Amino acid sequence: MSRQTSRLDAKKVNSELLTLTYGALVSQMLKEIDNPEDVNKQLERIGYNMGVRLIEDFLARTPSTRCLEMRETADKIQQAFRLYLNMQPVVTSWSSAGDEFSLVWDQCPLSEWVEMPNNGLKYCALIPGAIRGALQMVQLDVQCWFVQDLLKGDPITELRVKYIKRLEDAVPAGED
Amino acid sequence: MSSSRSKSSILDKPLSKGKGEVSLALYALLFSEIVQYCQNRSHSINELQTKLSEMGYDVGTRLLDLYFVRERNSKREIKLLNMLLFVKSTLWKVLFGKEADKLEHANDDERTYYIIEKDALVNKFISVPKDKGSLNCASFNAGIIEAVLTNGGFPAKVTAHWHKGTTYMVKFEDMVITRDKGLDDR
Repeated sequence: MSRQTSRLDAKKVNSELLTLTYGALVSQMLKEIDNPEDVNKQLERIGYNMGVRLIEDFLARTPSTRCLEMRETADKIQQAFRLYLNMQPVVTSWSSAGDEFSLVWDQCPLSEWVEMPNNGLKYCALIPGAIRGALQMVQLDVQCWFVQDLLKGDPITELRVKYIKRLEDAVPAGED
Repeated sequence: MSSSRSKSSILDKPLSKGKGEVSLALYALLFSEIVQYCQNRSHSINELQTKLSEMGYDVGTRLLDLYFVRERNSKREIKLLNMLLFVKSTLWKVLFGKEADKLEHANDDERTYYIIEKDALVNKFISVPKDKGSLNCASFNAGIIEAVLTNGGFPAKVTAHWHKGTTYMVKFEDMVITRDKGLDDR
């Protein structure tokens, strides 16, 4: 590839481009899909698809080894937020069993300039989807949901992540 | 607008400087999902490109004022050529980190201009399937240009084509050309 004379790092893009592109997608979906609940589901699905592929990029870029407990996993997720969204959520509110925690932030490139319709839309549903997808690729089954959301008037956004189970390696279909 | 609202509205916040950066990998994956979403809802390449362009239009509409306020001291362009240069240079540079490669005027039609970009950022990780050779996902960018020009007072249709990389064909309405000539005469 030819040398780039770019103002931005070649591996980066302007965050406003992401903000507006995501906004365009969500508003288009709201126009085309009647039930906001279905929009949430589809956004989660889109996030999942992205997470499934993003994890490889993450493993390639960071010296990550297998996490032995959820606290390590939480650190990695936090690192991924910094790497991909250039934001720094705080990991907090651990359950006593150590299998459930919250990611908390008050600023996110996805939710800049957003005014929410009052219809139960989960604007950032992409993020829990991506976490679920990425962790599934490293054999972790987790559940993710929003406890608080800035866009809905809460002071912060809180995303809860709960460990469900370890996935066993399965032979891909048709390869036995 | 209404004071009854508990939280401050987005208009109360200061405008960011726009220096934030996020990962290209993330953006590329999001864009790929957008293309798939549009593809699932269209029956032809044309329809798919129209949908991508509509999404771009949505983005462009929001960029126009933002960039004129931030990059140009709130002064809009009124000359056609300057407006095109704004798109080619300022807009592209801020949005994609580099200027578009070329701006050309069609020899045979004074309403038509071409903005040429060798490697469009959105096409970086897209390989077009053989049976859809004419598909250019930079239609999304074409939508951005169309919105910026049209909302800026230079109504035009913009389409993306495979030619020297990606060429955005900008076709202005007649009145734009007539008005611009009028400005020259003064």
